[in-house]
Order: sequence, then C-alpha cells, then structure tokens
Amino acid sequence: MTDAGMLRFHVPEPEVRPGGTPDFSNVPIPKAGSAPRPEIDVDPRTIRDMAFSIIRVLNRDGEAVGPWAGLLTDEELLEGLRNMMTLRSFDARMQMAQRQGKTSFYMQHLGEEAVSCAFRKALAPGDMNFPTYRQAGLLIADGYPMVTMMNQIYSNEADPLKGRQLPIMYSSKEHGFFSISGNLATQYIQAVGWAMASAISNDSKIAAAWIGDGSTAESDFHSALVFASTYKAPVILNVVNNQWAISTFQGIARGGSGTFAARGLGFGIPSLRVDGNDYLAVHAVAKWAAERARQNLGPTLVEYVTYRAGAHSSSDDPSAYRPKAESDAWPLGDPVIRLKNHLIHKGVWSEERHTQAEAEILETVIAAQKEAESHGTLHAGGKPSTRDMFEGLYAEMPPHLRRQRQQAGV
Amino acid sequence: MPRRTMIEAIRDAMDVSMARDERVIVYGEDVGFFGGVFRVTHGLQAKYGKSRCFDAPINESGIVGSAIGMAAYGLKPCVEIQFADYMYPAYDQLTQEAARLRYRSNGDFTCPIVVRMPTGGGIFGGQTHSQSPEALFTHVSGLKTVVPSNPHDAKGLLIAAIEDPDPVIFLEPKRLYNGPFDGHHDRPVTPWSKHELGEVADGHYTVPLGKAAIRRAGSAVTVLAYGTMVYVAQAAAEETGIDAEIIDLRTLLPLDLDTIVASVKKTGRCVVVHEATLTSGFGAELSALVQENCFYHLEAPVARVTGWDTPYPHAQEWEYFPGPARVGRALIETMGA
Repeated sequence: MTDAGMLRFHVPEPEVRPGGTPDFSNVPIPKAGSAPRPEIDVDPRTIRDMAFSIIRVLNRDGEAVGPWAGLLTDEELLEGLRNMMTLRSFDARMQMAQRQGKTSFYMQHLGEEAVSCAFRKALAPGDMNFPTYRQAGLLIADGYPMVTMMNQIYSNEADPLKGRQLPIMYSSKEHGFFSISGNLATQYIQAVGWAMASAISNDSKIAAAWIGDGSTAESDFHSALVFASTYKAPVILNVVNNQWAISTFQGIARGGSGTFAARGLGFGIPSLRVDGNDYLAVHAVAKWAAERARQNLGPTLVEYVTYRAGAHSSSDDPSAYRPKAESDAWPLGDPVIRLKNHLIHKGVWSEERHTQAEAEILETVIAAQKEAESHGTLHAGGKPSTRDMFEGLYAEMPPHLRRQRQQAGV
Repeated sequence: MPRRTMIEAIRDAMDVSMARDERVIVYGEDVGFFGGVFRVTHGLQAKYGKSRCFDAPINESGIVGSAIGMAAYGLKPCVEIQFADYMYPAYDQLTQEAARLRYRSNGDFTCPIVVRMPTGGGIFGGQTHSQSPEALFTHVSGLKTVVPSNPHDAKGLLIAAIEDPDPVIFLEPKRLYNGPFDGHHDRPVTPWSKHELGEVADGHYTVPLGKAAIRRAGSAVTVLAYGTMVYVAQAAAEETGIDAEIIDLRTLLPLDLDTIVASVKKTGRCVVVHEATLTSGFGAELSALVQENCFYHLEAPVARVTGWDTPYPHAQEWEYFPGPARVGRALIETMGA
C-alpha cells in the first residue's frame, strides 16, 4: 500500500505536440524479413508475439527479404506502383477541386496508399470489402472508373448515388466495395455478417472489414470480434492504424493495450501487425489472411501500422495538434517511394520512368476530371433531380412519400 | 381451421418462410437450441439445422449489424431482439444502416431484414421489459413498422415482412401472446383458442403491410389503436355503450391513411390510443394527420389516451397502463365535447 490516498485521473498524451520535435523512438521497428511466416492453420496461441511486432518485407536498401517476400511478379509490382501513384494523383486533384469549391468535402490517402491498393490484390472476384472512407485504393486497384468516382465526389448528374451521399462515400457491389456509411465502425460487424452468410450458404467468398485505429473503441468493433470469433467467420478484420483519429492520438483508443492487433488475442483470433507502408508486406499478409478465411480457418485480425501524412479531411488542419514535420520523421517512410526504390533496385524501373509515369498518370486523372466536370460539379452544371431525393428509399414508394413528393412539386 | 396462440402463429410464419426460402435465417439471444424466452422459435433449429437457426451472443448491435451484412450478401435474416427494451444498442444499426442502405447506395445494396421484438407491458416487466418504442422507428425514414394484434394477422404480416424487400420492425405485443388481453388484469384472459382471430390457416398466406383493419364498425367515434390497445378499446366501447369504430392500424408505417380518414369523416370524432408514452408518441402523428385531413369534419378535439410520460413502473403497472376505464372516459368526453 504505497500509493493509498487520493486517486489520480489518467489521460494519455502523445509524445509530442506542435512546436516539439517529432519523436517515434517509442515505435520499435523490427528488421525487414525478421518476422516468421507461420502456416495458415497455425494455433493462434503460438503466434501471440506477432500482435506486438511488425511484419516487414522491404528493407532500407529496397530489397524484398524474408519469408513473406516473393509473392508478386515484376508486372504485378509495377501495377501496384501505378495504382498507388494514381490514387495519390487522384487525391491531389480532388483535394484541389474541393478547395476550388467544386465539392463540399474530400478525404485523401496520403501516406496510406499501400494499404488498400495492395490489399485489393489479395482478394478474389466476388469477395466483399466493408471499407471506411480511406480505402479508395480498393476501387482504383480493381479498375473502377475514376470518372465514376469523381461523378460521385461532385454529386453531379452522372453520380451513381444520385447526390444522396457525401463525397467519397462510394458504393460498388460489382467491385466488392460495400456502400460507405459515414458512421464509424458500423460496417465492421456487417462485414462479419456478410462472411457468416457466405459460410451459411457454403459459398467460397470471403469478406474484409475495415476500421481505423480511433474507431476500434466503438462497441461495434468488439461486436464484430465476438461474432467473428464465435462463428469462425471467413473475414479479414483490418485495422488501419494511421496514428491519428482527427486530432486524437491513437493512445486514446488503444488505452493500456500494447497494440491494436492485441485486441484480437482475447478472442482467440490470429492477430498480426504489418508495415502498412510496405506494399509487399501488406499484400503478403492479406494473402495469408485471405487463404485462412477461404480454408475455413476463420478470421484474422491485421493491424496496418502506417501514418496519416495528410489532414484527416478537407475540414481539418493537423498543424493544430501535431508537429508539422512529424510525417517526415515517420520511421516507415513513404509507400510510393519505397516500392519505387524496390523496383529500381530490381532493375525494372528508373527515376526517369517514374517521373514520366507521374506525368502520364496526371494526364489521365485530368482527362477523367474534365469528363466528370462535363456532367457538373456540386454547385454548377448538371445535378441529380429533386425527384431523386424521394426515390429509392423503399423498393416501392409508400403513400406518405408520394404525397410529400407532390408537395415538393416534383 | 386450426387455432393457434400468437406465439404459435409467429413461429408458423417463420417455419413456412424457412421451408419456402432457404435464404431465410433466424437467430437471436436464446433463439436456437432453447427456442427463445417466449418460445417463439421453439423447434426451428431442430427442423432446419444450426445454420438456419442459432443462438447469438448477447449483443443487439451485433445481431442487427450482422443481419445487415447477411442481407447485403443475399440472405433474408429474421432476427429476434429479446425485448424491445433491449433494442437501443442496435438503434444505430437500424436507423443509420438498415434504414438507409438502399437509399445511400442507390439500390446497389439492399437490406431485406426483419427485426422481431416483444413490446408493451402488462407482465410486471418493469421499465426494461415493458416499453413500446414504435415511435422511435416510425420517425426513421427507410424502416417499416408493424404491430400485429392477433394470431391470424401476426402470421400473415410476418410472412409479408419476411418477403418484403426492405427492413421491417415487427413489434409483438407480448401481453397478446396467449390471448386477447383487454386491460382487465384482474380477470382471466380468453385464450386464442376461443377467439375467431386465433384461427390461423396452415401454409402460406400474407396480410399486406400498410393496410388497417376495422375491428368494430361504429358511427359515433373513431378509435385508432394497435396491438393490445385494440382489445382495450373494444372493452371500453362495450362498457360505455358508445358506438365506436375501432381501427386496428396493424402497420404504422406505411400507414393506411385512407381507412383512417374515411372513418373519421364518417364519425366526426377521434380517440387515439397507445401504450407508449404521450409526448412525441405515434399518437401525436395520428392526431396531426387526422386534423390535417379531417378538420372540417371534426366535432370534437382529437383525444389521446396513452401511457404516462414516465418510465414503465413495476408496482404501479396498472396505474400506468391505459386500461378500459381511461379509454372509456376519453370516449365519453369526446362524445360530450
């Protein structure tokens, strides 16, 4: 009884605030290639330490090393680089379009491009993602048309969602991309339900749930883990730990748990941490988890350790809550540069080709933007009709809505 | 024709639906092996197997959230929330997810789920086993809300709800499970086996959503009721001798406004009855609709008889419950106005 007496209230704080020197010395970075690659039917109790380490493939010299390396061909890696560059270019243009008043809101992926772009390539056709607002790489990497994404962002006359949803809240069943809600964590348990349905139907498709570090504090995250664990649902439970939930550092959601991956351990779910800025590592771990799900071995929890280099959204200014240079100090680097260096190291890419590709991609994005803008932007040109506001709520419009539509004069 | 309790009728609706369509899945707390605390799902697991009917963790948000995912996949989950009072953890999933999925994805994904839950008081359930939260559902764009009042309707409405392409909240007045309780808690309840609406046909039939039923034709005053209050209103009409026309709404949303308006235009008077609390209750919506649509036919103000604006108490259950005496007084006052 050394500390009896007055109780003290504890509120965790990040290491550094604006004005301070960025410091990630509290983030231990294991050597690339050092993490073992267990068999997919591994007893989760024997790999508990993998929830506290980081699986990495690309080393500082741009080499792919260790047991998680070697899954992707040069062509596949070049496509991955191109997808990440496209997403980055797309983001930059749409961020600018938001600043120009062409839409109300935007959310970019800067620094996190590898997570969704690489993950998509580990899935098979028919699998379903239940994404958050920062996984548009799932669409880009699956060939979803950029023009359609932009039409949605602009809420224009060609918007497939008829102007009903905030920008970037895409939906594409065809591309395995569940409608984004805008609420947090609700989709996590829905993904588990989808996976349960696939198992109930003796299908072969799997689901992927997505959530950010901050939203793991929501009860739906825990609901999802209970259901996934109980019914051994064929689902990959992805946690994208980009360190920041708007202005709140990840320690507020993580609490006393060492990592977010460790959340899975109490549920008996194999839980891995992976370098989220390492395209090869993300893909390899996703493939492992997908294989487990498809082999009826149940869920896997994967924490992607990354860093949100940009603002949370177009409405956010991170300089108010974290040091400006923090993203430069992030020890896992930039996913595009790391994959670029790897491909240069392999002799299949060069700085010149990279610069040329950047220009080509920008041209493609601008062309898509021009086409999208020919259908209107939020405040100019073609827009969804007022009638669209009343339609599609129910399969058949009930009488009270018909009356209201008439009142609205449409 | 066989007579069934409301419990048996609801079970039969799920049985018929599960037999006809293998996409229909039933689960919830205690729903699988045991068959539910009210035994509504009894026997379904034995008949259809654990993949079609199973126990869920005590996690209402998880039950509804997983059902939404299953519906997005292509199944038709019919899940149970053990008491309507337990639905609040699932409210986010119901209101912002199930209700809006079709709309927000422009039909790319849909959510044909049914969420069943026992509702209402009268069993000494206290404040956490007695609530009537229907207005919390009718206020939400994208949901349909159904409240059956008898075994025949319960079966037909539930089959219709399961076959509906959109999410349906199915509120089961638990005081009606075994008989048409009229609010006289000191008298024995007639069992459904002795009531004509306890006649439940075998096999498949539906009662369409959005259609009210006139339970008692009358010319003096229209009573708008649903669930248990249908029988309370009938008792009040008989005991006061007032020739009330009693409309059983059956579906609160979509609402059968035509039947309501035709009746009130005929009688010129209207009493709205529900067990839920008064303020912002569904009765407020009904009252507003009646005055909007029947103002020049009204001979008296629209009256409301409801539960008081307090939590549902335990010991004072029958002082809280809007029984036949209170409804009768409202009928008399409305006739005298």
